[in-house]
Amino acid sequence: MVNIGWRIRRIGQTVFTLWVVLTLTFVLVRLLPGNPMGAMVQQLIQQGVNPARARHLVELRLSVDPTKPIPYAYVDYMVNMLQGNLGTSMYYSEPVVDIIARSLPWTLFVLSWSLFISFFMGVIIGALMAYWEGSKLDVGLTSWAILMGSTPYYVLALLLLIFFAYRWGIFPTSGRQPTGVPPGFSVAYVTGILRHAALPVLSMLVASGVASLGMRGNSIRVLGENYLRVARLRGLSDVTISTQYVARNAVLPMYTAFLISLGEMFGGSVVLEQVFSYRGLGWYMLSATYQRDYPLMMGMFTVLTIAVVLALLIADLTYSLVDPRAGGQKSEAY
Amino acid sequence: MTDDTDSRTTDQDARSDGGNVNSPFEIVSEYEESRWDRYRKLYDAYIYAPVAIVWRDWRARIGFTLVLFYILMGLVGPLFIEPTGVTEGDALVQPFQNWAYPLGTDNMGRDMLSQTVYSTTTILKMITSGALFTVGIGTIVGSIAGYKGGVVDTILSSITDVFINLPGFPLVMILAALLPIGGNPYMVGILLSVGAWGGLARAIRSQVLTIRHEAFVEAARGMGIPTHRIVFKEIIPHLMPYVVINLTNAARRVIFEAVALYYLAILPFKSSSLNWGVILNQAYQRGAHYTGGALHWFLVPMAAIVGLSVGLILLGQSLDRVFNPRVRARHERTATEDGGPESKANDDDMNINEVV
Repeated sequence: MVNIGWRIRRIGQTVFTLWVVLTLTFVLVRLLPGNPMGAMVQQLIQQGVNPARARHLVELRLSVDPTKPIPYAYVDYMVNMLQGNLGTSMYYSEPVVDIIARSLPWTLFVLSWSLFISFFMGVIIGALMAYWEGSKLDVGLTSWAILMGSTPYYVLALLLLIFFAYRWGIFPTSGRQPTGVPPGFSVAYVTGILRHAALPVLSMLVASGVASLGMRGNSIRVLGENYLRVARLRGLSDVTISTQYVARNAVLPMYTAFLISLGEMFGGSVVLEQVFSYRGLGWYMLSATYQRDYPLMMGMFTVLTIAVVLALLIADLTYSLVDPRAGGQKSEAY
Repeated sequence: MTDDTDSRTTDQDARSDGGNVNSPFEIVSEYEESRWDRYRKLYDAYIYAPVAIVWRDWRARIGFTLVLFYILMGLVGPLFIEPTGVTEGDALVQPFQNWAYPLGTDNMGRDMLSQTVYSTTTILKMITSGALFTVGIGTIVGSIAGYKGGVVDTILSSITDVFINLPGFPLVMILAALLPIGGNPYMVGILLSVGAWGGLARAIRSQVLTIRHEAFVEAARGMGIPTHRIVFKEIIPHLMPYVVINLTNAARRVIFEAVALYYLAILPFKSSSLNWGVILNQAYQRGAHYTGGALHWFLVPMAAIVGLSVGLILLGQSLDRVFNPRVRARHERTATEDGGPESKANDDDMNINEVV
């Protein structure tokens, strides 16, 4: 039942993706015209550092030696990356890995909440709309879902910030943890963290709009199946039919959409964290981009990618547990 | 008249047995289709039926009107409305107060209406290139991978998977920061499609996997039709509703990401690339979110973004109906006239589906 070969192939694919990403960052740093490395060396020389010393500093920071021929530099870079050495931030003057370790948990915290809440909402609302298709409830919820789907998360974020934080003062305007409260498992600290995370999480709930429309379409398709007619003839209750029969079969195709929105949310953390000055991965990546802090920028990009890649891998590997029909068997080639 | 008789005699001469049986190859249609009829059919298939379907549903009507409104605003608007400049009016005039500035002004006295109109032109350019590139690459890669299978599928799917796994917005952000993109809206659109086509290609591939064993595909393959013809003539038309919906989705995504890039000021602002993101950025930079009386500075570009994207979603849904053959048959007058009982049966069939 468990398809070992497929799993091995899927893991191999993940390794391949990671290799491509690392190579891509190398190419961006080293090979592009007007590449960051050259720019950094120039920058240091202009500041009065002698050229040899400037190259040495750049090598330390980027893990890329500007004087080495490209193949050697590439091998060195990959070895460094695999050892977890992502270089040193120029702006903060500390290893990129440390900054990541500080910021990653906060991003994961916000994103996991918003992902699960919006997906859950999407499924339930979509099922309701499909079950009462054509009714006033359907029209109302569909309009709501379309409006949600048409609002970029950062627009909602700005609106929430303006009203809930600045005008009404219900939630804090920026930051990720309460000031003046020692970190720990105290009530004040935990509620403070939750209050800081509330608006970012709420902003990402726009994803539930598209999810619910997708769920509605899937459910309507399932509602046409013959086994549902049988279920009705058996006199099963509406609740049983909608949860046990319709929802289960309609949720499965949502899985792909869920995975893709996961990647998009990680990407969206850049703008979201800027709006709320929430110091997570995205915030550091953006500030690195502004500062032209290339080691930090590339390091953050690498970590964001690894996070998405691993999440998708885990999801793919567990999908066969959710849907027994999904196998990894190869289809015949034409 | 004489010509006619002449030709008849030669025909009879050709038949040595003297019989008058017509060869099947000589039979021509007894109905003559004049050029007018042909135009009428074309009009019916491509204009009347889609419009009739679109006009039936209020949601579709709104979507169609909204998108048309934005296109007109982007194309015709700049002809009537002059570009605005600093200190053209008073600072922070409120919207709907003054006919000279219907949407108010920002803190430097620039007309919001004019800024919105000129932004629309830029955004439409980005959408055109971005959505077409995203959907074009996604559809071609996805359908070839799904149909061919085997090694081709493995290679194309691996490439697709890499692009799905790359977080789209940060990738685009890094590329925008490192590459000399400049202010050309078409280039921005193409840049945005880099991070967007992967998801579509995978979705199209799984759609193709579900229809690659259908009878019509098997038949086409059995007849020895070359692969590229099967993919482009049989499979992609079959996926057209899906592709069209994704065209509107891609357009929405281009708007969201382009505005975000300009909001974060990752892309350089030039007067040729004025858009809603730039307006949002300026509003945020000048602290309009905590200044009193500056709320419309945010709300006007936000409403513009949300309005266009509501229009695109609704348009996508209504285009789905246009492409759906069962909905179509009801509205095409020629089809129902010619089809007779068959199309009636289709109607009944559909009603059953709707009821269940």
